[in-house]
Amino acid sequence: MFRLPIGDFFERGIDFLKVHGESFFNALKESVLFIIQHFENLLQWIPWWMLILIFVILAFSLSGKKLAIFTGLGLTFIYSLDLWSETLDTLSLVLSSTLFTLLIGIPLGVAMSKNDNTQKILQPILDFMQTMPAFIYLIPSVIFFGLGKMPGAIATIIFAMPPVVKLTNLGIRQVPKDVIEAAISFGCTQKQMLRKVQIPLALPTILTGINQTIMLSLSMVVISAMIGARGLGEVVYSGVTQMKIGKGFEGGIAVVILAIILDRLTQSLGIHKKRKQNNK
Amino acid sequence: MLKLAVKNLYKIYGSKPQRSLELVRQGVSKEELLKKTGNGIGVCKVNFEVEEGSIFVIMGLSGSGKSTLIRCLNRLIEPTSGSVFIDGHDICSYDEKQLLSIRRNKIAMVFQHFALLPHKTIEENVAFGLEIQNTSVEYRHQKACDALALVGLKGYENAYPNELSGGMQQRVGLARALAIDADILLMDEAFSALDPLIRSEMQDELMSIQDSMKKTIIFITHDLDEALKIGDQIAIMKDGAIIQTGSPEEILEHPADEYVRSFIKDVDRSKILTASSVMKKPDAIITQKGGLHLAVRKMRESKMSSIFVINKDKTLQGLLTIDSALEALKKGETDVTKYLLYDIEKAVPDTSLNELLPSAVRSKYPIAIVDKEERLLGIVARVAVLSGLSGEEVPNV
Repeated sequence: MFRLPIGDFFERGIDFLKVHGESFFNALKESVLFIIQHFENLLQWIPWWMLILIFVILAFSLSGKKLAIFTGLGLTFIYSLDLWSETLDTLSLVLSSTLFTLLIGIPLGVAMSKNDNTQKILQPILDFMQTMPAFIYLIPSVIFFGLGKMPGAIATIIFAMPPVVKLTNLGIRQVPKDVIEAAISFGCTQKQMLRKVQIPLALPTILTGINQTIMLSLSMVVISAMIGARGLGEVVYSGVTQMKIGKGFEGGIAVVILAIILDRLTQSLGIHKKRKQNNK
Repeated sequence: MLKLAVKNLYKIYGSKPQRSLELVRQGVSKEELLKKTGNGIGVCKVNFEVEEGSIFVIMGLSGSGKSTLIRCLNRLIEPTSGSVFIDGHDICSYDEKQLLSIRRNKIAMVFQHFALLPHKTIEENVAFGLEIQNTSVEYRHQKACDALALVGLKGYENAYPNELSGGMQQRVGLARALAIDADILLMDEAFSALDPLIRSEMQDELMSIQDSMKKTIIFITHDLDEALKIGDQIAIMKDGAIIQTGSPEEILEHPADEYVRSFIKDVDRSKILTASSVMKKPDAIITQKGGLHLAVRKMRESKMSSIFVINKDKTLQGLLTIDSALEALKKGETDVTKYLLYDIEKAVPDTSLNELLPSAVRSKYPIAIVDKEERLLGIVARVAVLSGLSGEEVPNV
C-alpha cells in the first residue's frame, strides 16, 4: 500500500535545522538556561523558612486566610519530606518556562486578535501544539539542546503556550464593540487602545490563560524528567522505574501541593482584579 | 452660523462599493442592489445642515441607516462618497492626524449602551478623552469634576460604572463627552436604553445643559416623541435616505408622504402643537368705534355668535356676543363698551394644545391668542383645539 513518508520528511527537516540552525539554537539555549539558572540560584539562596513566609504572605494578600494556611502547611510538609531542593528545581523550571511562554504567547495572542488571517493561520497550529502528545516534543528538543533542563523547558514552552495565546486572543476579541468605538471616537490611537482599553478589559481572560499555562507546565514536569530535567519529576520518575512506590507517591504529593498553591494564587489574581472593580 | 453640513453622503456596505455607488446614483433600489451585487446601502444621498447651537434630531426605525449616518460624521464609519463639513472644512479629506485632532477636540459622542470602561472609576472614565491627549493630571481632575457636577453626579468620582444605575451611567457618558469641550455632540440613541421616567428626566436635563452650553447636537432616536420634544430640526430617515427635514411642527402639520404620516399618527399632538398652529387670523373683529351695527353685520357675515373688540393699537378690549349686541340694539344703545364681556379666555401663541384644553372646555366662546402687550394675534375656536388634537384639518367655524 502507498504510504506518505511524513515521518521521513519530519526527520530530514529536523536534521536540516540541526545543521543550519546550530548557532541560533545555541543562543536560545544560553539565554533560556541563563534565566532558569538564575531563578534557581535565587530560590536556593533564600532560606527555606523565608521562602515559605513569602509565599504565605503572597497567598494572604491575594486570596485570604484559607489559602495562606494551606500554603504554609503544604510547603512545610514538602520540606519535611526532604523534597525542598527538588521542589525549587521544579518551581524554577515551571516559572521560567511560564515567563518565556508569556513573553511569546501574549504578543502572539494580541497579533491574532488584530487580524482575522493571522487567527486563521495560528488556530490550527495552536490546536496541533496542544493536542500532539507532549512526548513528541522531547525528541527534537533533545536533538537540538542535548539532555537536561533545556529540552524540558522547550517542550514545556511549546506544550503550555496555546492556552495563553488563545485566551489572550479571545479576551481582546470579547471587548465590547461599543467600548472600542467610544475609545476611537475620543481619538484613541492603536497603541492607546491596546494599552488603555483592550488589555485591561481582557485581563481576567488573559489571567485565566496564564493560570492554564502554569498548570500545563506543571503537568510536563514528570515528562521532562525522562530527559534528565531534575526536580520533583525525577523523584516520581525514579519511583516508577525503580518500583519505589513510597518515594514516587511522596514526589507526586509534592507536585499536587505545588500545583494547588500555584493554581489558587494565579486564580485569585484574576478575582482580585474583578473584586476591585466591584468594590465589594 | 452653519456648524455642520453634510453633502451627498453615501455609504455602501460590502466589497467593491464604488461600482455599486454608480448603480445607486442611477437610481437602483436597495433590494435590487442587494440582489445584483450583494452590497447593502447604509446611507443614500444624504444632505443636511445644522446651525450652531441647535439640536438636530435624526429619526428613523432600526435599519434606516441613522446609526451609520451619525458614525460617518466622525468617520467611525468611512463614507463611500460625499462630504462632511465641520466649520467649513471637509473632514472626509482629512488624514489620520487631522482626524485624530477633530475627534479629540471638536466632536464627542454619547452611546446607546453607555460604553464606559468597567476597569476605570467614574472620574477616570469622564477624564478618558483628556487622558489620551496626555493632558496633566490636575487639569484632567478639574475638568472631570466640572463635567460630573454639570450632570449632577458629584460625589460619585471614585465609584465604578457597574455600581451605577443605567441613568447614572448615561450621565457619566454625557459628562465624558462634555469634558473635552467639543462643539459638537453626537448622541446615538443616547436615552433609548433607559426606562421612560429616567429618559424623560434625561431629556429635560440635556435641554437645560443645552440652554447654558449651546452645543451643536446631533441626536439619533427611533422615538418620535423624543424627537419632537428636544429637536429644533428633525430629519426623518428611511432606507438610508432622509425623506423629510423640518421643525417639529412642520413635520406634524405637513408630513411629506405616507411614511411620515404613519409615523406621526400616534403622536401625542397636544404636547407638540401650540396655539399658533391652530389659531386663525382674527377676521371677525371690530374696533371700539365700529359701533353695534357693524358688529352684528360682521358676526352674520362670518357666522359667528361672538366678536372680539379691539383698540386702535390692536390691544384686546373684550368680547361682544350676538345676544347682547341685539339686546343693545333693541334698547337703542350705540356704545359697545357697556355690553362687552371682559372675562374671556386668553393665551399666548406658545401655549400647547394640552394646556389650551381646559380653557376650551371652560369657555363658551373662542379663545383669544394675545402677545405680551395684550394685542390680539389670532383666535382659536373651541372646536379647533379638538380637531388640532386629532390631526384633522381645522374646519372653518
